[in-house]
Amino acid sequence: MSAAADAPARGRALTAEVPRWRVTLGLLARTPTAAAAALVLLTVVLVALFDDQLAPAGPNDVDVQARLQGPSAEHPFGTDDLGRDVLSRVLLGAQVSLRVGLVAVGISLVVGTLVGTLAGFYGRWVDSLLMRLMDVLFAFPALLLAIAVLAVLGPGATNAMIAIGITYTPVFARVSRAAVLGVREQVYVRASRSVGASDARLLLRHVLPNAAPPILVQTSVSLAFAVLAEAALSFAGLGIQPPAPSWGGMLASGRGFLEQAWWMAVFPGLAIFLLVLSFNLLGDGLRDVLDPQQRSAMEAGRRRIRSRGKAEAAADARGAA
Amino acid sequence: MSGYLLRRAGQSAVVLLGVAIAVFALMHLVPGDPVRLALGTRFDQAAYDALRERAGLDEPLPVQFLGWIGSAVTGDLGVSFRSGEPVTMLIVERLPATVSLAAASILVALLIAVPLGTLSALRPRSFVDSAGTVVSQVGISVPEFWMGILLILLFAGVLDWFPPGGYVPLSEDPVGWLRSLVLPALTTGLVSGSVLTRFTRSSVLEALGADHVRTARAKGLPARAVLRWHVLRNALLPLVTVTGVQLAYLLSGVVVVEIVFAWPGLGLLALQAVQDRDYPVLQGAVLLFAFVFLLLNLVVDLLYSRLDPRISA
Repeated sequence: MSAAADAPARGRALTAEVPRWRVTLGLLARTPTAAAAALVLLTVVLVALFDDQLAPAGPNDVDVQARLQGPSAEHPFGTDDLGRDVLSRVLLGAQVSLRVGLVAVGISLVVGTLVGTLAGFYGRWVDSLLMRLMDVLFAFPALLLAIAVLAVLGPGATNAMIAIGITYTPVFARVSRAAVLGVREQVYVRASRSVGASDARLLLRHVLPNAAPPILVQTSVSLAFAVLAEAALSFAGLGIQPPAPSWGGMLASGRGFLEQAWWMAVFPGLAIFLLVLSFNLLGDGLRDVLDPQQRSAMEAGRRRIRSRGKAEAAADARGAA
Repeated sequence: MSGYLLRRAGQSAVVLLGVAIAVFALMHLVPGDPVRLALGTRFDQAAYDALRERAGLDEPLPVQFLGWIGSAVTGDLGVSFRSGEPVTMLIVERLPATVSLAAASILVALLIAVPLGTLSALRPRSFVDSAGTVVSQVGISVPEFWMGILLILLFAGVLDWFPPGGYVPLSEDPVGWLRSLVLPALTTGLVSGSVLTRFTRSSVLEALGADHVRTARAKGLPARAVLRWHVLRNALLPLVTVTGVQLAYLLSGVVVVEIVFAWPGLGLLALQAVQDRDYPVLQGAVLLFAFVFLLLNLVVDLLYSRLDPRISA
């Protein structure tokens, strides 16, 4: 293997002394919203890790005497219809929300990137077959697909991860396919191929690392949607099952007590909102840092994930152009 | 153009067939006997046999699929395991509620997005622009069902202006219909509106930078005329298509908002079907959603290529 064939992308030589990830982090730290978002995320992770120590009460410490009490020094977020401490349940709900989000996006990331990379790299019938399969998944509105999958698998945290993971797989397949198509015909990849590099080496050494930035941005944004989806499914009674504390589930029970206890619904919702907002802002920051030119195109991508089909419109529009 | 249209329609047809197979497989992936599960404690042999017979569950799978898809094409989606009523009828009953909500939400979304997005683009980095950015970022991140609950707390609880939930059919009481529609439509409209605001902003910004806009300015056209005839016309055409897609999302993605407002739409029907293990209803609803979704996307694509001739070239 000659040195020339293995030469990385031109831009990297300029920052040879500082690893690329440190440059990225440095730039990110200088974006105020992204830095704030990262701080919030770090806090949530810490809460999730040390929730047992942090929560003033257990998740199911029922105290019927103290039911439906408003926020006070003793119960800053009030108590619910069974007298459980809402603050404790919100703190303890962080872990499950993060875990479902991370595992679900992990599934989409691994499966979707694999599918998209293979489709983009090999083209022809592999591409057609895999991407038509993704199109079928993409044809379902996101939340509805997750609900349908849960109808088959049954409700619960693990199944919710699988259902959400399936739902967001096509997005990763499309993003990674596009990224792979973009680098596949670059001179350095063709050079590497011409000196006899194997497919696996080409993919792992050249194609994937250079396709990574858009996939990374997609991951952060997808985490936002996965957390939202888990909350929505739990709210609908199909995700995390009570009495386990989950933000969506707490909102669902709070909905029945809006007139007596606004705090039951307001605080868990605020927690979901902050976590989702942080993932979104971090995604925006990553996009600006990693890929400034792609910004407007990726902004279009963001909208598509929310309402899915748009990706189809724009991607096909671009493809046919 | 017609070549593109045909190719695009053909693609959608293939995907739709895949969707139909997936939806059909859904019921057969469920472990156990779906009819027995659906009947649950109300089990009785005669009803059981009748349902199995009606659903054709004793036939081989390919025969079942062809029968199911053949009937679906003619509008027959089978009967509910739970109530024995035709699925098509159950869906048609729910349509007005869902369509009212989706239409009103799009209206709210556009009323927010077009002015806010345009102003943001005309004055980048101004107060309006920053406010627009914050609003759209918040709108994208806020859980819709929480937003709905907050609106209920404020407008139904504290202010007591609107009912906290429920649907009043238009034919019964137009004023009541409108009042029942306000809060759910605001909920989904604010969220969709924030997505569309971002789109409008970038679309208007792009149009502002176009050569012909510079020419129009250079020849001394008043700013207002440039904006109206040269910027907005170009910027808002793509918005039409994005709005179509947003509508597809609204028609189907409002499940949780329907729960919040006890809104008897298609989303609630699908969710109820999941809880009741009423698979024919679920299959019918999911198939319809996917069909509408694909159809709207197809229309959007075709509109797009009409509006922008570069695409089909």
